[in-house]
Amino acid sequence: MSEPVGQGAAKPTIMQNGLILAAVAAICTTLVALTFNMTRDRIAANELAFLEQSLIRVLSGISFNNDLSASVLVVRMPHSLPGQENAIIYRVLNDSAPVAALFVVTASDGFTGPIKLLIGIDDDGTVTGVRALEHKETPGIGDLIDEYRSDWIYQFAGTSLNAPERAAWAIRRDGGEIDQLTGASVTSRAIVNAVNRTLLYFEANRDEIFTAPADSGNTDE
Amino acid sequence: MSDQNSIAGRLVDGFWHNNPGLVQLLGLCPLLAVTSTFVNGLGLGLATLVVLTMSNVLVSATRRWIRSEIRIPMYVLIIASLVTCIELIFKAGFPALDRSLGIFIPLIVTNCAIVARAEVFASRNSVALSLLDGLAMGGGFAVLLCALGFVRELIGHGSVFARLDLLIGGEVLNGLQLIDGGFLLALLPPGAFFVLGLAVAGKNAIAQRRREAAGFRLSI
Repeated sequence: MSEPVGQGAAKPTIMQNGLILAAVAAICTTLVALTFNMTRDRIAANELAFLEQSLIRVLSGISFNNDLSASVLVVRMPHSLPGQENAIIYRVLNDSAPVAALFVVTASDGFTGPIKLLIGIDDDGTVTGVRALEHKETPGIGDLIDEYRSDWIYQFAGTSLNAPERAAWAIRRDGGEIDQLTGASVTSRAIVNAVNRTLLYFEANRDEIFTAPADSGNTDE
Repeated sequence: MSDQNSIAGRLVDGFWHNNPGLVQLLGLCPLLAVTSTFVNGLGLGLATLVVLTMSNVLVSATRRWIRSEIRIPMYVLIIASLVTCIELIFKAGFPALDRSLGIFIPLIVTNCAIVARAEVFASRNSVALSLLDGLAMGGGFAVLLCALGFVRELIGHGSVFARLDLLIGGEVLNGLQLIDGGFLLALLPPGAFFVLGLAVAGKNAIAQRRREAAGFRLSI
């Protein structure tokens, strides 16, 4: 084992070691901060592009011709949508007639943290698709909610408040009719509940959602 | 064995005699978890290669000031900062691949192969040699990740080189679909252990045959 240089000199004190560590920590933090600053705009742009790409895919082929990013409606807290933060709704119109609404909501009861979901609901209240936008679920188990890892999230397309029946709107383990991910009941339950609550919100607030001006305040009640 | 400090010796050591994955069996968590496809293996392999090389260079360059009592926290600081930077760069440059690799990019921090090279090699060798060592060890690890990904993707999905667009950008590339469907086990964690086990066994068999051919008796 090679001993550090300068061992012959005075024995390093805890103070000296602490100072060295603090200096290295400061240098490292600066490095990370610089990289963060340089990449921040690109990362934000990438996330926006990913969101817009997801928006279209979640619509499952419904035709529309309005500018989605100009149709944003922010639902501020407190609201009856899932999650503890502001939700976002994109109104989808075809020749000014409402055809669907896209919800960006957060299921705050995921296994390892909040799960950000994109939920598309068409004008009749049928789910057109669901995607997990952001999550920290367990790799290999809970992260199968990601469409890149399994088809599980696709099963929500076609569901509505009547299909399955209200009582069956739960994972099989809880006596419902929706498949859960093996070993990830908590994750599955969180998403099922979030989709169900979003459907209920849409049913109760459908007209307000489509008549509210873009990026207005609370549409709740 | 070849001379430890010659250029060829370092390369042979990293890719073959002391391959972090095949021989030292380090960094198995990411190795087994992400290698379900070739492109995932390549992405994580390159990221690990960059982190390992840079951490080796930094540790070697600062080895005069790194006191032995605090060397491990220093390595952790250096490696964690490097990985965070790489993660941000991945998010900016290869967002789709970053989503596909998920948590395993930040988890490079916990790859013990990196801290092992810092401790065993970089802290007691010159910057140039440490750079070479990082490239060789990182390269050996990356090649193994790619090989595992290739085999598992072939058996599990029946395809080769699918989704290379995650790395090089552009249109979705589905690679070559050789067989429809596949043997799911290869994609699951046990499949990763099987393929890695076969790779280790194959490496040992070849090494043993070579030793015998060279007239050495097999020694433990």
